[in-house]
Amino acid sequence: MSNDPAVEIRGLVKRYGTKTAVDGLDLTVRSGSVTAVLGPNGAGKTTTVETCEGYHRPDAGTVRVLGLDPVARAEALRPRIGVMLQSGGVYSGARAVEMLRHMAKLYAAPLDVDTLVERLGLGGCGRTPYRRLSGGQQQRLALAMAVVGRPELVFLDEPTAGLDPQARRATWDLVRELRTDGVTVVLTTHHMDEAEQLADEVAIVDAGRVVVHGSPEQLCRGGAENTLRFTGRPSLDLASLLKALPDGTEAAELTPGVYRVTGDVHPQLLATVASWCAQHGVMPSSLTVERHTLEDVFLELTGKELRA
Amino acid sequence: MSAGTFAPRPGAAPVSRMILAQTALETRMLLRNGEQLLLTVIIPALLLTLFSTVDIVTVPLQEGGSGKSVDFLAPGILALAVMSTAFTGQAIATGFDRRYGVLKRLGASPLPRWALMAAKTLSVLVTEVLQIALLTVIALALGWSPQGDPLSVAALILLGTAAFSGLGLLMAGTLKAEATLAAANLVFLLLLVGGGVIVPLDKFPDAVRSVLGLLPISALSDGLREVLQHGGALPWGDAAVLAGWAVLGLGAAARLFRWE
Repeated sequence: MSNDPAVEIRGLVKRYGTKTAVDGLDLTVRSGSVTAVLGPNGAGKTTTVETCEGYHRPDAGTVRVLGLDPVARAEALRPRIGVMLQSGGVYSGARAVEMLRHMAKLYAAPLDVDTLVERLGLGGCGRTPYRRLSGGQQQRLALAMAVVGRPELVFLDEPTAGLDPQARRATWDLVRELRTDGVTVVLTTHHMDEAEQLADEVAIVDAGRVVVHGSPEQLCRGGAENTLRFTGRPSLDLASLLKALPDGTEAAELTPGVYRVTGDVHPQLLATVASWCAQHGVMPSSLTVERHTLEDVFLELTGKELRA
Repeated sequence: MSAGTFAPRPGAAPVSRMILAQTALETRMLLRNGEQLLLTVIIPALLLTLFSTVDIVTVPLQEGGSGKSVDFLAPGILALAVMSTAFTGQAIATGFDRRYGVLKRLGASPLPRWALMAAKTLSVLVTEVLQIALLTVIALALGWSPQGDPLSVAALILLGTAAFSGLGLLMAGTLKAEATLAAANLVFLLLLVGGGVIVPLDKFPDAVRSVLGLLPISALSDGLREVLQHGGALPWGDAAVLAGWAVLGLGAAARLFRWE
């Protein structure tokens, strides 16, 4: 696995008529990572991914995928990437397994189709024409088609949209397995939990730009701080508590007996507060952690709800 | 699946293998589609049988052949079969492939676009061979006695296929799928009536007839009749008309075809 980035986007601009879909977007995808491009509908996620797949010529900026220009070097790039479109891509009269077998024939060393069919639970509908498959089955077939050629890099455009929880988990497991086996994954989603669960790196996109990029932990730690609340007897010695806590942490008694600790809330901090309570004979009658989620980060950065 | 299953081993299959696989798939899709079969097989076979056995249209019988109406009809029906597959069938199928994102998805696979087009053409030719075999058997059973040089027939059919494919792809690549469906069927019907397939062109007034004579279907049915009914050599005028349509249609399709 090389150290060069799998995808490098600099200042990408893409317009459709008067509408600017992507507006100066920068993104680097580390080789071997799972990167989630997170944002609301219309943020420019699909246009960005499809530009990487060679479908669109940038109006400005540069895109390099595995070091190649996806438009000029399409023939060299296409055998090396796997693509899952947001929808469609299959002959309406083709049977699920027939289409997958066909895709496999276009590659030099494809995966074993039968094994992949079983792995994705497509065996039961293998002879069903595409147009009669359920939405979830169509999604799983599209995913199978993206990985069957044993690509180095896969682009999954909303891979779990419309899936029930069980099928979603199966897709997550597959993405994890791809990473374990050294495949770089770029996926778009508007599900926070998906990004938090799967991604090494998250790029939050709004109005055609990346507004913030980092690991889910980094993103959740940044911005507004996390909060720990507990209740105990009134008028505890907060100065003594603060001495036990790391610098930068704050503590306050909001109303008699209700305490708030703000700062970098992590398990060690929780343990410190608990042991301080034990030392002082305090039994917290409630103790809650309010962690900053990606959803909060998104709301703060864009002023928008993610699934609006 | 065990660990390492997905370990990357990227690479395209040899292009000949891709084209072969794509041709097989396209042909299966074509033959599996009921409406397409109606158009490409059932209608030509019915017209051939009906008009050969029932005296609905008086056909010119004087020159050459056994003097049976099937000698006039069979070449026209072969031309119709070519049109139904290369134009109507191809336009409708490709229009829906485009609409369902098939062309887009294949565009991200190792299959080059030219190879996809080659495969579509080969699949049209395979279908035509099956149609022609079936229609020939029916025509022979009806007493058809074909004349002329098979190579001239093959040349005309290839030129006709190129002309109709260009027009079909032009329609599929520029109109919406539903519009293509409607327009391709309408054109099929109009050309069936006005293209010398079952109604001889000399039934039309002279002015109309000279225009109709320039249609690809008229050139193909007239050309095939010249060889198969009258035992003539390759009719260069008809061949030139077909070649002209092929250049125009394929050229316009290459410039205007939208893949998404």
